[in-house]
Amino acid sequence: MIRLIPAQMKTKTAMPTDSAEPIISVRGLGKSFGKVTALDGVDFDVPQGRIFGFLGPNGAGKTTTINILTGLMRPERGSVSIAGIDCAENAKAAQHLMGVVADQSNLYPELTGFENLCFCAALYGLSKKTRQDKARHLLNIFGLTDAADRKFSGYSKGMKRKLTIASAIIHQPKILFLDEPTTGIDVASARQIRQLILDLNRQGTTVFLTTHYIEEAQRLCERIAFIVNGKIAHIDRTENLLRSVHGRHIIELTLNSSTEDISDKLNDRFDELEVESLSRSRFRFTADKPVNIGPLIQFFESQGLEVGEARKARPTLEQVFVEITGIEAELMTREKEKAETQR
Amino acid sequence: MKKWIAFWNILDKDMRAYYLKPPNISWGLIFPLAWTGMFFIRSGQGLDSIAGLLPGVVAISILFGTTSMLAVTVTFEKKARSFERLLLAPIPLQVLMLAKTAGAILFGIANAFVPIIMAAFLTDLSSVAWLVVIPAIVLIAIASTFIGLFIAVSVSEVFEAQTFSNFFRFPMIFLCGLFFPIADLPSLLRPLSYALPLTYGADILHAGFAQQNQMPFWMNLIILCAFCVVLFMVSLRNIRRKWIT
Ligand SMILES: Nc1ncnc2c1ncn2[C@@H]1O[C@H](COP(=O)(O)OP(=O)(O)OP(=O)(O)O)[C@@H](O)[C@H]1O
Ligand SMILES: [Mg+2]
Repeated sequence: MIRLIPAQMKTKTAMPTDSAEPIISVRGLGKSFGKVTALDGVDFDVPQGRIFGFLGPNGAGKTTTINILTGLMRPERGSVSIAGIDCAENAKAAQHLMGVVADQSNLYPELTGFENLCFCAALYGLSKKTRQDKARHLLNIFGLTDAADRKFSGYSKGMKRKLTIASAIIHQPKILFLDEPTTGIDVASARQIRQLILDLNRQGTTVFLTTHYIEEAQRLCERIAFIVNGKIAHIDRTENLLRSVHGRHIIELTLNSSTEDISDKLNDRFDELEVESLSRSRFRFTADKPVNIGPLIQFFESQGLEVGEARKARPTLEQVFVEITGIEAELMTREKEKAETQR
Repeated sequence: MKKWIAFWNILDKDMRAYYLKPPNISWGLIFPLAWTGMFFIRSGQGLDSIAGLLPGVVAISILFGTTSMLAVTVTFEKKARSFERLLLAPIPLQVLMLAKTAGAILFGIANAFVPIIMAAFLTDLSSVAWLVVIPAIVLIAIASTFIGLFIAVSVSEVFEAQTFSNFFRFPMIFLCGLFFPIADLPSLLRPLSYALPLTYGADILHAGFAQQNQMPFWMNLIILCAFCVVLFMVSLRNIRRKWIT
């Protein structure tokens, strides 16, 4: 458990209620780079003291949004307000409230871990003693004490990521921006980082998290926005998002051999089921009532295919994401088209 | 107060990470040495000419020392994205850029004293007007650092910064009256000379080392200061325009 945030801040957020004030408020945000429209009328509020998930495929506009919120880019259209400060007008004014973990590690390769942390703390005006105490404390929390005096350039990817996060929280920001904090690092480190995010949040930090990992968002975030092609496709509390798929029943069947695409045939035969082909030998069936697998197995056998495994799956945010964004379906179409042209 | 903690630490970090590294220290020593040697050999006039050559060597040492450092402290950090950290910090852009350039300015001033110390062993410098020379050294260091900053902000690769610097540096050396009086230049090039900050710095140095100035001291000083302010403001504007897109 990390102790970073002063006690008076904790009490304010110890009992999160629905009426939490938005600490970030974005309206009609637009940004383009030449012909590419990166953001197209984005609206959202981030309630104070919550973890807000920003989910979307590559190039959806997640990093661009963070860059604008943190003052690294200027919005073209729309308004951004952070803790009541108009950031479109004066981005610098809100920067003392923010900690930012960029999508790539951006510390100084020639400085040691300890020096990097002290330097970052100095940028926020912390006194020398405070800087050094906090740096040591954070190195300890992140399990980097042994590497404290090694140069950052020699750190492993996971160590770099951890130090980058430590450097973003050393000045105890009210709002922490995390751009894909767990991308490209091993499972154990990712889990540790998620736990840290939860701990920080419990102590009152508002977290703005972008990620590709739907499961990560489901586990951490109180509220999630799906962004696709620079537009917010859907935004809601995570529990509401899950409720929409809660009553659903999902069965996944794995065949012993792969097959040509037979989704059309399956759709014709079982019109009460939603059929998704996950691969050439895996299918997912979703319905509002329990799925009866007898007829399914029979159908596959009639096609000369043997079902090797049947598994009941829990409805997850992934289904919501697929339904709302149509991303997976699109991906499949593309793959199908590729297979067509190769034939 | 807080922003000065940031200022001092940015300067301190750059000093330790870049300027006080052995390659840079030796570069800072070898470069002025090479220039001095080259000019003495070419002029063939022996030790008498040292006082006459000193302004040129001092100015070149400062110019090369400062402009090449900015390519590292600014262009390289921008490329490596650690510069983003500085832009994310709650420090006014002016303070931030002053901190990033202060190291180069000090480095330039230190470079200027390498040829002066060498010359002190070879010739008599007792007639030098130090109260004139020192402000000139400081102002030349500031102006050439800001030229370096202007270049560093205009490019995105370190090698571009180096190439672009040479594009400025070499013509400047020959046009600013350090080695040939401006009056000897073709009349077409003369206006160009007066558009270069180093011209005014060189004139003060000539005044300080050999009392051979063309313009009054205070006028050179004011023009040089104006160049510094304008170059800094233009660079800040370019940063706001190009880096905070
Ligand atoms: N500096 C830039 N210059 C030109 N185009 C850019 C720039 N930054 C982003 N874009 C474009 O804007 C769009 C959104 O990019 P952004 O980086 O915000 O996506 P993202 O959601 O963060 O993606 P990823 O998951 O890959 O990180 C993309 O089409 C990208 O090519
Ligand atoms: Mg991104």
